[in-house]
Amino acid sequence: MGGRSLLDKVWDAHTVRELPTGQTQLFIGLHLIHEVTSPQAFAMLREMGVPVRFPGRTFATVDHIIPTHTQRRPLADALAEEMLVALEKNTRGNGIAFFDAASGRQGIVHVIGPELGLTQPGMTIACGDSHTSTHGAFGAVAFGIGTSQVRDVLATQCLALARPKTRRIDVTGKLSSGVYAKDVILAIIRRLGVKGGVGFAYEYAGPVLEGFSIEERLTVCNMSIEGGARCGYVNPDDATIEYLRGRAYAPEGAAFDAAARWWRGMASDPDAAYADRVELDGSAVAPSVTWGINPGQSVAVDEALPRLASLPDAERASAEEAYAYMGLRPGEPLTQTAVDVCFIGSCTNGRISDLREAARVARTGKVAPGVRALVVPGSRAVADQAEEEGLPDVFRGAGFDWREPGCSMCLAMNPDKLVGRELCASSSNRNFKGRQGSPTGRTLLMSPAMVAAAALKGRVADVREIL
Amino acid sequence: MTDTRVERVSGRACVLRGDDIDTDRIIPARFLRCVTFDGLGEHAFADDRSQSKGDHPLDDERFAGANVLVVGHNFGCGSSREHAPQSLLRFGFEAFVGGSFAEIFAGNCTALGLPAVVLAPDDLDALMNAVAARPEQTVTVDVRARTVTCDVGTFDATLPDGTREQLLEGSWNATAVLLDAGDAIEDAARALPYVSGWAG
Repeated sequence: MGGRSLLDKVWDAHTVRELPTGQTQLFIGLHLIHEVTSPQAFAMLREMGVPVRFPGRTFATVDHIIPTHTQRRPLADALAEEMLVALEKNTRGNGIAFFDAASGRQGIVHVIGPELGLTQPGMTIACGDSHTSTHGAFGAVAFGIGTSQVRDVLATQCLALARPKTRRIDVTGKLSSGVYAKDVILAIIRRLGVKGGVGFAYEYAGPVLEGFSIEERLTVCNMSIEGGARCGYVNPDDATIEYLRGRAYAPEGAAFDAAARWWRGMASDPDAAYADRVELDGSAVAPSVTWGINPGQSVAVDEALPRLASLPDAERASAEEAYAYMGLRPGEPLTQTAVDVCFIGSCTNGRISDLREAARVARTGKVAPGVRALVVPGSRAVADQAEEEGLPDVFRGAGFDWREPGCSMCLAMNPDKLVGRELCASSSNRNFKGRQGSPTGRTLLMSPAMVAAAALKGRVADVREIL
Repeated sequence: MTDTRVERVSGRACVLRGDDIDTDRIIPARFLRCVTFDGLGEHAFADDRSQSKGDHPLDDERFAGANVLVVGHNFGCGSSREHAPQSLLRFGFEAFVGGSFAEIFAGNCTALGLPAVVLAPDDLDALMNAVAARPEQTVTVDVRARTVTCDVGTFDATLPDGTREQLLEGSWNATAVLLDAGDAIEDAARALPYVSGWAG
């Protein structure tokens, strides 16, 4: 028998039974919920008269709707308040832990799972949120689900799923200065396309991924779904184990050592078989910026935007639509493009290492006149750590707004929104039409350091000229 | 008990061209500020429709009353929000035919008993052109045969085996099926060291 990939090992270990449909009934080790996609699931459960099967394996937080200027209750938006109240009732009534603002542990669901040590290697993890792929950074099989499936997990701690194929993506070489994990995943999506990953789990490997910190791996895995892959992961190694040591929900003492042995054993075998393999030269990756309306439409910051004639037939219509929507022109680089708003935060890039890199840039100048710039920590713990390092003062001193933790301007469910056709340099994950709250608003995705550079220059800028 | 089996969906179709149509466009995030799915139907494609000032396929009189939505490639990419298929269902769509579907969107459709079937590119073009030319015709999505029929012919469609079974058996609401495993769920949990406790 040949070796097995992590995906196969985790899948086999969590298989309850094969279903007559040919799908697997898969046990879900960790279920995370938030206020947007769970209330209807609890309502369906009540209607069926079925209890929550494993309340101790579900954890809740509030992130999408929470305002970032103040978390004071009641929330000014009555609809948001109603959602928060529903989550409070549903968690209290079912014995589910809820990390609310008062707990000191509130934050974006994909930031707090890892930092609390809830996310562990070898687990299956589900959440009613497409960026659940983030947790794959630990060597977990983690994927987003819809609300009916949230109901399934609450009722049975299981999902009915077909096993995905696995594509291994080796990132070789060495990243140059000013190039970040965000640029690596944007390069991967540009290469493989926004639907290239449908039906696949992505296994990210190679020297660049092995050299990445856990936070950098989280950024890469986070955007797997932007490449069409429902889950993406990195095999657990020393960095994974050291990250987990001492975390609130990680095992302790002898149990930690036993866990570490099991975690290591879940990594893909050297002779594991893959349905597909891809290699990307990390040395050739440059600071990247999206120019279109899907995350596959990106260029190196100093590269001219693609001419329509140079694109494959299948991409031309989408590019044409993108140019019209964005008001950008083929053949020109983005570096003279003026920005209105700069957003640093989100489950992609709202962690302490992201804020440190952005602060390095912010220390070199002031936010350009007329630019609205905000920094939103991904969690209370990130905010506290930033305070300890004096980062809020660095940002405020440079003219950025420093906010309370939440999803903020990544999507438009709280007061942070674009207005009209505003153009936003954003460290988030989606540049879809209208994504940031204005139906005509425009988004350029880039690394947090690049967003900070854009804020200081008032236009898209190459962070390598500042650092 | 209501019969939940889905053998076929038949009716008028609506053609919505374009690839990579994401769930933020299907249902913009501001409409997710709710605790039920009620009323989402009227907000389907809200921003696209207001910007096209009545020129959107969902507002096109010729497609009025359609229950089959014909779309391009990678339809439903992006967010996992079930609000997207819920809004289309409440608008009146009971089946989707496309070039391809994003995985979470397709799973959400199945969980609602809505077939989302895939046609080869040339067949999809032929179907789109036929429906655009004669919107009053009946389009049939046959789950058992895995075909889509319109007045220019019958096309082979792709639908994963498991999904097809769930629709045909009426077991697309997975909770009951998963509950049937009984104690096997607890047994599977106990076999996992992170559930049963790490032996030092």
